[in-house]
Amino acid sequence: MDSAYLIETIIKVVVILLVFSALAGIGTYFERKVLAFMQRRLGPMNVGPFGLLQVGADGIKLFTKEDIIPTNVVGPIFKIAPVITAATAFMAAAAIPFLPAFTLFGYEVHPIVADINIGILYVLGVMAVGLFGPLLGGMASANKFSLLSAARAAAVFISYEVVTGLAILAPIMMVGSLSLIDFNNYQIENGWILWSQPVAFVLFWIAAFAETGRTPFHLIANDHEIIDGFGTEYSGMRWGLFFIGEYANMFFISFVIPILFLGGFGDGSVLGAFALLGKMAFFFFFFLWTRAAWPDVRPDQLMWLCWKVLMPVAVINVVITGLVMMF
Amino acid sequence: MEQFNNRNVADNGYFLVDIEDYPTTGWGKFKRVMDRTFKLELFVGLWVVLREMIRFDIHTISYPEEKMPIGPRYRAVHEMKRLWESDAERCIGCGLCEKICISDCIRMDTRIDEESRKEVSEYTINLGRCIFCGYCAEVCPELAITHGGEYENASDQREHFVDYEAMLTPIDVMKNNAQKEFEGFGAITPHEDERVKKTPLAY
Repeated sequence: MDSAYLIETIIKVVVILLVFSALAGIGTYFERKVLAFMQRRLGPMNVGPFGLLQVGADGIKLFTKEDIIPTNVVGPIFKIAPVITAATAFMAAAAIPFLPAFTLFGYEVHPIVADINIGILYVLGVMAVGLFGPLLGGMASANKFSLLSAARAAAVFISYEVVTGLAILAPIMMVGSLSLIDFNNYQIENGWILWSQPVAFVLFWIAAFAETGRTPFHLIANDHEIIDGFGTEYSGMRWGLFFIGEYANMFFISFVIPILFLGGFGDGSVLGAFALLGKMAFFFFFFLWTRAAWPDVRPDQLMWLCWKVLMPVAVINVVITGLVMMF
Repeated sequence: MEQFNNRNVADNGYFLVDIEDYPTTGWGKFKRVMDRTFKLELFVGLWVVLREMIRFDIHTISYPEEKMPIGPRYRAVHEMKRLWESDAERCIGCGLCEKICISDCIRMDTRIDEESRKEVSEYTINLGRCIFCGYCAEVCPELAITHGGEYENASDQREHFVDYEAMLTPIDVMKNNAQKEFEGFGAITPHEDERVKKTPLAY
C-alpha cells in the first residue's frame, strides 16, 4: 500500500466525518424549521438570523452539559452504546460514492473511501449494527422505559432487516454486483432501476424508515410513550452521539436510495452530481415531511407490517424477478 | 377580537366526522388494509402538511415582541381609575371591596383629611392571595377598582404585587386623556370620556 493512497484515504475520511457531523447539526435545524412550517409555527427564530445559529447554541449546550452516569447502570456498556450508534453510522459511509469521480489540481479524486465489492451489503450490515446502540444502551440504563425501548429495538431490528435484504435482492440479481459503483454504472446503460423494480424501491424505502427509526416507525425512542426510550438516562454529549448517529444515518440512507434506484450520480457529469444531491435532499426532506404528517405505529403493527405484508411481497418480487431473468 | 368573543362554536365550520366501525371478520380487515393501501390515504396527510407549508400562514406569534389582544372582560391585575372630570382618585374609601373579597387580600385604611373629606390612606391588594374572581370590581360603586389586561406578573419582589401606586392610573396618562376604561360588565357608557367636561378645580 503506497503512502499516497493512505494519505488520500485519511483525507477523505476526515472530510466525510467533518461534513456529515456538520450536516447532522444543520439537519436538526432543517427538521425543526420544516416541522414548524408544516405545523404553522415559526420554529427557531431567536439565535442568529432566522435562528440559524441555533445549531451552534445546541452544540455548545451538548458539549458543556454534565455527563451523568447514573447509579445502577452497567457502566462500560452504558458508556460505549452511543459510540456504537455514531461510529457505525459513519463507518457505513465508507462504501457510499457521494459524488462522481472528479479531477482536483490534476489529481483524480474518487469520492468514495473504499469501493469494495460487497458495497451495499457492507452499508446495510454496518447500519444494522448501529441498532446495537439503542439495544445495549437501553438494557444497560437500569430504567424501565429504556428497557422497553431496547425490547422494541430488538423487535424492529429482526423485522425490517428481513425486508431490506429481500427487497434489495431483486436489484442485486439484475445488476449482478454488490458494489454501489456497479449499481450506478448499470443504471447508466439500462435506465433507473426504479422503473424495472418499483416494488423493491417502495419496500426498501419503507424499510429505510425503520432502519433510521424515523416517524412512522419511531417506536424505539418514542418520546410520547416511553420518554425517549434508550435516551432517557443519557445526558450531554453521549446523548448527542445518539443524535448525530441518527441524523448521519438519515443522510447516508438518503444517499443510498437514489444510488440504488434513481440512477445515482449518472455518467459522472457535474449535472449528475447535482442531481444526486438533489435526490438526496428530497429523500431527507421526505423523512421530515412524514414526521409532520403521519402518526407512529405500534411495535406490533410494525412487526405485522414487516412480516405479514412486506416480507411476502418482497419474496414474490424476488421470485418474479428471477422468472423474468430466467426466460 | 370578534372570533374570541363568539362562543357559538356550532357555526364555526365544525362538523361530525363519519367514522366507520372497525371490521371484525378477517375478510373485513383484509378489505380495509387493501382499501387503505390503494386509496393512498397516506398521501392525503402528506399533501395537507405540504399545503400548509406552501401557504405559509403562520398561526403563532413571537410572544415577548408581539402579544395577542385579550378580551375586554379578562380579569388580570387590578387597576385603580381616576375621575375624568377632576383627575382625582375615584376611590371613596367605602370599603366594599375589602368586605366582599373572598380571599381576604384587600386591605384599606381611611382617615379624615384636612378638608374634612374621607381619604384613602392605605390600600393594598395581596396579589399572591388574590384569585382574580372580580368581585371587588363588580361591587365597586364608583368603578374605581377594575381589572386590567396586565397578565405578566413575574417579579423578584413580593412587594411589587401590593402597591397601590402601581395600580393607580398615572397622572400624566390622565392628563393626556389616555386612561383606558374597563369595557366589561358594569362599565360606563362607551365614549363617555369624550363627552365629559373637566371641573374648574381640575389640577
